[in-house]
Amino acid sequence: MAHAAHAHHDHAPGFVKRWLFSTNHKDIGTLYILFSVVAAIVGIALSVLMRIELQQPGMQIFADGQMWNTYVSAHGLIMVFFVIMPALIGGFGNWFVPIMIGAPDMAFPRLNNISFWLLVPAFLLLVASLFVGEGPGAGWTIYPPLSDSTYHPSPAMDMALFSLHLAGASSILGAANFITTILNMRAPGMTLHKMPLFVWAILVTAFLLLLAVPVLGGAITMLITDRNFGTAFFRPEGGGDPVLFQHLFWFFGHPEVYIMILPAFGIISHVISTFSRKPVFGYLGMAYAMVAIGVVGFVVWAHHMYTSGIDVDTRAYFMAATLVIAVPTGVKIFSWIATMWGGSIRFETPMLFAIGFIFLFTIGGVTGVVLANASITQILHNTYYVVAHFHYVLSLGAVFGIYAGIYYWIGKMSGRQYPEKLGKIHFWLTFIGVNLTFFPMHFLGNQGMPRRYPDYADAMWGWNLISSIGSYISVVSFLFFFYVMYVTFRRGEQAAPNYWGEGATTLEWQVSSPPPFHTFEELPRIR
Amino acid sequence: MAAPAQAGQEAAPAHKHPYHLVDPSPWPLIGSFAGGALVLGIILNAHYGTRWLLILGVLGVLFTMAGWWRDVIKESQTPGLHTPVVRLGLRYGMMLFIASEVMFFVAFFWAYFHFALYPEHVSGATTPTWPPQGVKTFDPLHLPLLNTLILLLSGCTVTWAHHGILHGDKRTAVSGLALTVLLGILFTAIQAYEYASAPFPFAGGGIYSSTFFLATGFHGFHVIVGTLFLLVCLVRAAAGHFTPEKHFGFEAAAWYWHFVDVVWLFLFVSIYVFGAGEIAHH
Repeated sequence: MAHAAHAHHDHAPGFVKRWLFSTNHKDIGTLYILFSVVAAIVGIALSVLMRIELQQPGMQIFADGQMWNTYVSAHGLIMVFFVIMPALIGGFGNWFVPIMIGAPDMAFPRLNNISFWLLVPAFLLLVASLFVGEGPGAGWTIYPPLSDSTYHPSPAMDMALFSLHLAGASSILGAANFITTILNMRAPGMTLHKMPLFVWAILVTAFLLLLAVPVLGGAITMLITDRNFGTAFFRPEGGGDPVLFQHLFWFFGHPEVYIMILPAFGIISHVISTFSRKPVFGYLGMAYAMVAIGVVGFVVWAHHMYTSGIDVDTRAYFMAATLVIAVPTGVKIFSWIATMWGGSIRFETPMLFAIGFIFLFTIGGVTGVVLANASITQILHNTYYVVAHFHYVLSLGAVFGIYAGIYYWIGKMSGRQYPEKLGKIHFWLTFIGVNLTFFPMHFLGNQGMPRRYPDYADAMWGWNLISSIGSYISVVSFLFFFYVMYVTFRRGEQAAPNYWGEGATTLEWQVSSPPPFHTFEELPRIR
Repeated sequence: MAAPAQAGQEAAPAHKHPYHLVDPSPWPLIGSFAGGALVLGIILNAHYGTRWLLILGVLGVLFTMAGWWRDVIKESQTPGLHTPVVRLGLRYGMMLFIASEVMFFVAFFWAYFHFALYPEHVSGATTPTWPPQGVKTFDPLHLPLLNTLILLLSGCTVTWAHHGILHGDKRTAVSGLALTVLLGILFTAIQAYEYASAPFPFAGGGIYSSTFFLATGFHGFHVIVGTLFLLVCLVRAAAGHFTPEKHFGFEAAAWYWHFVDVVWLFLFVSIYVFGAGEIAHH
């Protein structure tokens, strides 16, 4: 049995073996992307319902605050763990890391498949928890005491916590797989300093996952035993301390935000370089900027906890360390601009999303520098200013990275090229929609509107209405994206091996579109 | 079962590259849903006392492990699949897995030191001390020291077994592994006895007992896993699976065992010795 498949190399196995028992990095990558799209439908539906509620002051469609909290929490958890991470790391990472380093597959193909399939029961548990008892309404940060059995007595919160355990196991196994693949399976001549930046991005991301996610695993384990088995880690009545949970959560949570954005950084570097027809400016600086962001990202966690009562000296340190991250991030932003400088730029859809990414991520980065200040955050903490900030870096940053990746690679992955005109319409619809949604949130935050409330003072109605209208435009753009994909698969032109021409230099452009079932029967040599 | 690869000569891989392209496998799918059943089973058991899904989940996970690793062992015995570069990859994988395990324990040590180094974090304490007032602890130089010596000794016996494998001496390898497994079982038994005579309860025992039992409990769980891993290696050594050149399964088990050992040393020093208070006598 062990050699049966090797006898006939290029035939894909039958449906069950190919899609359920898969050990092929491209098929598993496809599964991840499809999964992420399904989860995105749920996550976006939740967000639109929230914007319908906030369109006017007063309670509109939600029964009560707990129902609202449940939607907020599920939206956050789904977007982080079941949309952005599966698309960027599981999807594009699986598809292109092995090809870009000249490897025939991932290091542990079977492990790769369980990393994907663990997400399915995890997602089902989380979605099911919305229908159980009071639902998991403690936000994606699941702070006790709100997440404790006193305030969330039903099994719903346990379902959400165990969902995170499964998703975490998936991430840890996937991370070990990516690191091993990148360190052990590079083609002859593919030294670390010649490795494409997307591979660098996934390497750093995988290290962050490997070291950060187990700490979340420990934290939610303690939360589960506090809830069910009588321990007192976070329960003051037993001597415990809820702030401990915040430390453990954010020691994971802060690297997690880089886990979501670094793969997008990688994609943007490729797209900017391809459509400027120039190599990336400052390649090594770009690679080590990501390493620096990853390292420093581990020592800034308490900037999420400025109002938790931690010491003023502690806040001073975390503020200084956080501001340091702006330096490598600035290196990346300016290097992308320098890459475009003097290039012969083509504004195809992936490039539009990449330039949109630079613009919007910079806005989110700048508000991040504002929020890094412990003193200002005394006022802005838990306001819509924070909501605006992290949606600019994630909803507009990471998601623009995903869209840039899809338009850049869809011809490579499917063999069919997307319709350029429709792609551009999709970009502009998305760009207008998300900015209309999230830019007004800065003003709302400055007015003092707190996050995680289904109602607000009448004076805040105007910007909330505009934000809701923006959200409806975003939904239209998401539906339009499905139409673009439909046209791509039904009527898309057959894609050539290198349909972007001379600017596209990485190895995936040297194989057919789509690549053969097993990419490299013979290893490529890199000069 | 296929014949083990001959010592000194490696079979050529089936492709023009040295990597192992694994055949499609049902285990990831089965294992994922067994994992889902396991966690939902824990929830049903905790909330409603319903056991069947938990049992089903545990059995499903064990079944997956057995089937999956049986396949890996078969592949390792098939010439041309586990080439030197594939074995290097397996080493990376095991190292990274252990690194992630270290970070899991970091969470529990963090929780412990959050209170042990900063007793003012203990809610409701009139005088901040560690251990909290009224908590009696184990004598670190009693059973904990004995367990420390047992684990250190087991580190020696596993190295002895390693030397046996490296010299192609099956008898030494088997007896070294058998001793290691016995020492592992002895450690677990003593730890179970210590738990049974603990001067503080697990449920409702407050912050000291929470940090103590979860840190040492997860360590104990890892000792059991490591013992089973070594037991599998013992059977494989007796079956002649390990050659002086090719015995990664054993190496992985030994690395894991040393990791478990080091975690214990940290537990011993920081919880049992540093965190010792008024000693409970029984």
